[in-house]
Amino acid sequence: MTPPGDVRVDVQGLRIVLAGSSVDVVDDVSFQVRSGELLGLVGESGSGKTTVALALLGHVRRGLEVAAGRVLVGDNDMVKASEQQLQRLRGAEVVYIPQDPASALNPVLRIGTQLTEVFQAHRQVAAAKHLGDPKARLRQTLEEVGLGKTPQLLKAYPHQLSGGQQQRAVLAMAFALRPSVIVLDEPTTALDVTTQRHVLDTVRRLCGAYGVAAVYISHDLAVVGSLANTLTVMYAGKVVESGTTAAVFGRPAHPYTRRLLRAIPSPERSEVLEGIEGQPPHPTRRPRGCDFAPRCPMAAPACSDGPVPVVSLPGGHLVRCLRTKLTTGPDTRHPVQISASRADARDTQLRVSGLSARYGTTEALCDVSLTVGRDQCVALVGESGSGKTTLARCVVGLHTSWSGQVQFRGQDLPRSAQQRRPQVLQAIQYIFQNPYTALNPRKTIGQIIERPLHHFHPSLSRSERDERVTRVLSDVALGPDFWSRHPDQLSGGERQRVAIARALVVSPDLLVCDEITSALDVSVQATIVELLRRLQAERHLSLLFITHNLALVRSIAQTVTVLSGGKVVENGPVKRVFERPENPYTVRLMEDVPKVVRGEQQPRLPAP
Amino acid sequence: MATASDVTVAVLPARRHGGWAAILRRAASLPRGRVGLGLLGLVVAVAVVGPFVAPHSATASIVAPFAGPSRQAILGGDVLGRDVLSRVLDGGWVLLAMAAAATALGVALGTASGIAAGYLQGRPDGIIMRTVDVLLAFPQLVFALLLVSILGPTVWLTVLAVGLSHAPQVARVMRSATLDVSERDFVKATELLGVKRRRIMTEEILPNLVSPLMVEIGLRLTYSIVIIAGLSFLGFGQPPPAPNWGIMINENRQGLVLNPWAVVVPAILIALLTIGASTFTDAVARVTIGIDREAETGAVLAPAAGEEP
Repeated sequence: MTPPGDVRVDVQGLRIVLAGSSVDVVDDVSFQVRSGELLGLVGESGSGKTTVALALLGHVRRGLEVAAGRVLVGDNDMVKASEQQLQRLRGAEVVYIPQDPASALNPVLRIGTQLTEVFQAHRQVAAAKHLGDPKARLRQTLEEVGLGKTPQLLKAYPHQLSGGQQQRAVLAMAFALRPSVIVLDEPTTALDVTTQRHVLDTVRRLCGAYGVAAVYISHDLAVVGSLANTLTVMYAGKVVESGTTAAVFGRPAHPYTRRLLRAIPSPERSEVLEGIEGQPPHPTRRPRGCDFAPRCPMAAPACSDGPVPVVSLPGGHLVRCLRTKLTTGPDTRHPVQISASRADARDTQLRVSGLSARYGTTEALCDVSLTVGRDQCVALVGESGSGKTTLARCVVGLHTSWSGQVQFRGQDLPRSAQQRRPQVLQAIQYIFQNPYTALNPRKTIGQIIERPLHHFHPSLSRSERDERVTRVLSDVALGPDFWSRHPDQLSGGERQRVAIARALVVSPDLLVCDEITSALDVSVQATIVELLRRLQAERHLSLLFITHNLALVRSIAQTVTVLSGGKVVENGPVKRVFERPENPYTVRLMEDVPKVVRGEQQPRLPAP
Repeated sequence: MATASDVTVAVLPARRHGGWAAILRRAASLPRGRVGLGLLGLVVAVAVVGPFVAPHSATASIVAPFAGPSRQAILGGDVLGRDVLSRVLDGGWVLLAMAAAATALGVALGTASGIAAGYLQGRPDGIIMRTVDVLLAFPQLVFALLLVSILGPTVWLTVLAVGLSHAPQVARVMRSATLDVSERDFVKATELLGVKRRRIMTEEILPNLVSPLMVEIGLRLTYSIVIIAGLSFLGFGQPPPAPNWGIMINENRQGLVLNPWAVVVPAILIALLTIGASTFTDAVARVTIGIDREAETGAVLAPAAGEEP
């Protein structure tokens, strides 16, 4: 680590409001980043972290305006800078790396053309910084981001690159002119753990080598923890806690940070996850006092009275909380361990044997076998493109070009759902990955949940149907007032609960969950996984739980099957596979998972 | 994405889902929506109330041919000396009713075949869309003219012809909208229950096509008016002596210098009607674009840039 240098980013009292109103989107945000330092800006959806990130580039989204505060990047105030000044600074002094590299690259221009554009746009800067010949500098940049061995990529179009290569190309564009500040907005959310680790290594190395001040925005505390020197936790548009990474992780002082840390699954222990019930307040409906008070287990009456001041703890650790007396020790919670369940497949429900599936001429699955017993949860893990979703779709009958055998309770299943008997369709229910497209936006929640009942039990009377819907709604912890709402009035977590309710209302035996938490925040993910675990036990369900999040597996499954390139590479009880992985691929996968170590100094990623 | 709602500006109070009524209400609150609705309302009022307040019979000659405005005939006389005002007031509702009927027929037929083609794909898609391609090879007015000249110029045949001429274009639009909707997971979720395809099309897909459907209705209504008035002008609409704005323009154009009102007034009314319909449709389109974006991201966006106060 290079010693911290001079302050490169200085944000003071930043307040961003809805244009023409006094509704805060972001309020009283202050932080500093020195050169060579990496600041992690952590928060969940809607916490205002992206708004702050864009303000660092002098950009405010349509409908918003900066009401107060200053954003200094070097000596330039980005809030007051003119459009011309901003144009000069962006790309040269301060750069932005967006979440989705695929949409950040122009699909009709070759990678080389797009990289050269950066030099053309900032010719004077390149000259002033003595970066030398653009061609040579371009080669050097590619070398730095790890694309040096594949110069043919310059001739390629973005769609011909893998996600990791795309993100590296974006990194190359960002680092090409040796900027002094770099803003990374969840740059690895869309990537696999292995690719993610490589990209993170690159970012850390480059920031260290060139003394770049970096702001890394993420909702994933595990990723940020392994990377950042200092952390700033945002909630409802305000900074609730900031300090060194060791301090924030080791002695989290804000109840929100504490709960957030508890919600992170760990690949090292099987423990009950604790989500945070409720939702962050809407900007127009924020409480007068502490924004977290309505969800806080430690809230006192004083918390709701008025604005909460920032308390300074030793070591430059700041926290916006009135109850710091209670929270200043290390979080001494002893997580509830999940008692080891049987990993043996008694009473097999689903048996997949010798399954091969293809999309056109590409083979997606090759000779895959697995079994799911009654009361058992089998996790299916693998990176994107490993064929895990294809397997799920073959099982439920959405993907039809496969060969092999899929048996349910000893009976062979036809390929397509249309050919399957109603009893089978009812017994196997599928929950989709994206809760935003899985519910018909024109129907009410009541209508959506009733639909399968209408279909499988047309003879039910209206009152019996209503009763079942009410019961299943309360099972997934949604009140009866959800009946008449529409999906667009629900948060992502609530939508996913509705999707679970729709699956459960017909009392299935097997639930196929396809990455059902990947679109959700960590705290919501924890509540959904806990809900599912509870329901599985109560209703004696069999679960096929598909995920790319290895850490999550330990909190829900008993058996795990690891897929890679359409083949099963390892299969066994969760404890064994996680603690003593046998296949080299699994070993590597386990190593690449970012881990949060609570109450201790964070382990750094090993130097490359 | 975890940040899907983070990217959008989730700061406005949550809006209701986009049903028919909601879309219309919001379209009517936009400035252009108000203008369109005002124009439409004006012309419709003339057409509906007109027959009851017309001072004279629409078919009786009361002044000299092409007589200028006088106390007896405020807008003067037409080619046969009939009262222009009375004919204008009397001649609107048939045109409007025909346009509405033709639109309903065309949109219904086009939507049904478009959804079927888009959802069923494969052979049905091929058959429907190739037929559409053949029909689209003819310009719409020529196609309608062709049908009317074969079938004869009666009111209901004109409606049928104009309606049929709309169907292929509507089918095109609805098919592509259906392709988009049927890819969404909620359609797959219903398929996994084993629900019949016909019910999926009517219960799951159709309600999600409200936005393109409303835009199509507005657009086709505008075209219907133009085509039916055009057919009348060309002499293929209602047979004379029926008063009809299209026929009036045709009959009276020879006397344009003597009594311009006989041509100008029906022409202005047709123009206002089409401008009103298309302006309101434009407002609807703007509103529905906002709704669709909202449904996708799961968050609430600011209203279509600077449109709403």
